[in-house]
Amino acid sequence: MADLITPDLVDLDLTAVDRHQATRSLAERLQAAGRVTDLDGFLADVRAREAQMPTGIEGGIGIPHARSAHVTEPTLGFGRSAAGIDFGSDDGPADLIFLIAAPEGGGAEHMNILASLARRLIHASFKEALRTAPDPEAVVNLVKKEVLGQ
Amino acid sequence: MKIVAVTSCPTGIAHTYMAAEALEQAAKDAGHELKVETQGAAGAEPLPPEDIANADAVVFAADVEVRNRERFAGKPLVQTSVKRAINDAPGVLAEVETAAERGVTAAPATAGPAESVVADTAPAMATKVDQQAHLGVRLRGWLMTGVSYMIPFVAAGGILIALAFLLGGPEVANKVNGGTFEGVDYGQGVADLSKLVVQAGWAGLLFKIGATAFFMLVPILAGFIAYAMADRPGLVPGIVAGLLANEIGAGFLGGLVGGLLAGAIVMAIKRVKVPRGVAGIMPVVVIPLVSALVVGALMLVVVGQPIAAATEGLTNWLNGLSGTNAVVLGVLIGLMMAFDMGGPVNKVAYAFGLASLASGNLEVMAAVMAAGMTPPLGLALATVVRPKLFTGAERQAGEAAWLLGASFITEGAIPFAAADPIRVIPSLMLGSAVTGGLSMVFGSTSRAPHGGIWVIGLVGRPLLYLVAIVAGTLVTAVAVVVAKSIGRRVPAEAEPAVVPTGTATASR
Repeated sequence: MADLITPDLVDLDLTAVDRHQATRSLAERLQAAGRVTDLDGFLADVRAREAQMPTGIEGGIGIPHARSAHVTEPTLGFGRSAAGIDFGSDDGPADLIFLIAAPEGGGAEHMNILASLARRLIHASFKEALRTAPDPEAVVNLVKKEVLGQ
Repeated sequence: MKIVAVTSCPTGIAHTYMAAEALEQAAKDAGHELKVETQGAAGAEPLPPEDIANADAVVFAADVEVRNRERFAGKPLVQTSVKRAINDAPGVLAEVETAAERGVTAAPATAGPAESVVADTAPAMATKVDQQAHLGVRLRGWLMTGVSYMIPFVAAGGILIALAFLLGGPEVANKVNGGTFEGVDYGQGVADLSKLVVQAGWAGLLFKIGATAFFMLVPILAGFIAYAMADRPGLVPGIVAGLLANEIGAGFLGGLVGGLLAGAIVMAIKRVKVPRGVAGIMPVVVIPLVSALVVGALMLVVVGQPIAAATEGLTNWLNGLSGTNAVVLGVLIGLMMAFDMGGPVNKVAYAFGLASLASGNLEVMAAVMAAGMTPPLGLALATVVRPKLFTGAERQAGEAAWLLGASFITEGAIPFAAADPIRVIPSLMLGSAVTGGLSMVFGSTSRAPHGGIWVIGLVGRPLLYLVAIVAGTLVTAVAVVVAKSIGRRVPAEAEPAVVPTGTATASR
């Protein structure tokens, strides 16, 4: 199984006018890495999920995500935005954006990795470390350590 | 405090687990013991039934329907969104503490009126009323929920009636309800219930109580099918549909249809977006009112009249067959007795038996009674021979079915037939046809219109009669086991159930 996240899936200087543009920007990185086969199809799936209920949660976090037939591997794209991007949370814009892409027919093993990723997002220490990570490699190592225990 | 929680969100890959983690962390901080069932894409690991039983309170943090929520019936419940659980887990837990202290069980779809029943049967039932599952799987889940609530009524009512026959003789039914037995006319029976014991004895009391419990079979079945589909708002239209099924003589199949209709109507009404002002009175006033009206009208007009016409047609047809081949008649009567167990077709056959009895043809009555005994007996045998084919609740129903079958209380087979009609009903019909035909071949007679094995003294050629019953019982059991073994899908374990995101793409 490919790594959940690699340095080229991290954007520490994400700029976007809204969440759709932010999501597209991160999704393009997934497409470039071969994790997403059809960019527009995948974005439509993410948007459909976002339309059901905004994915932003308190504490500056946005989690656009979808299970999609256009995804090949469970993948995390990470973006950090100094200005913040509105993901529909009541307490304001999100500065940490996690684009979670899951393959449509993903087995339990795939889903368990994403589940433990989601569980880490709750922890303040994890969020703080992401906010202060100096470079993409640091983000990747942090995720590997916290989520996969590697 | 011990708490169990279920978290569930539309996609099932992010918020479900975040909410679980947030609740677990907050519970740890507050010194509570909390276990979470994450109904997400990774597959839900069901909470152990003993943890649910021991829990002081339940939390649903869910944006989509919680699956198998009947497991939590009767527990103090706090319902909230996944987001709130993520953003403010300590606040949610504070609410849980309050709910547990007050013992609030009034939250939607907990506090079923038959709370202990659920606690007894639900863990063993493994119903999967999964919102995303195939319709067939959901349908089976709905039916099983209705059946699980109905079984105690069948067992309690049926055993009371059987005891009444044992203690007071089969004429107790006529003492209470009127009619003639062995040439004695009991008139209208007990008109004034305060004179019940004087007129019909203690056996009459047992009979009346048992019959009252039996009266609720179909309403409970229909009510809780609708409840499984649409939660508490489904109860009123479901029970009304079941009561009307009784009234129009539609039997349990009518109740089954009525319950499904009621549930579907409530589900449809719930989809209507209403202004905030009206929303508050929707579950208590508007939904029960509208749904009961619609389903009631359907039952009375659309279902009731054709049933009345069909009953009349069947009666005339059967009367026209009086002179034909006795064995064919016995087979036909057997098929009819087992088709709907107390429903219109069964009633036509039974009434034909009564009419034959009144005109001195005792053979038809014997065939009717024997064919009405084999469905519960055959099912009871099947649950012993192949227990794995049945749910825990069904196996318990099987234990009571021995006595009910022996007492010619065909209703003992209803729980099995309602849960899996396509496989069970034809099997029952096959066995009853064998018994009905054999009873006629043997020329057995019965001077009693009910009582089953307990009136064997009033049966002519009793040994051959027993042979006919045993033969039908064996055929029924074999047929049920075969039918349940073929074409039976192994229940999918922890199948990921998520909203197919692709469909939203297609619809835009």
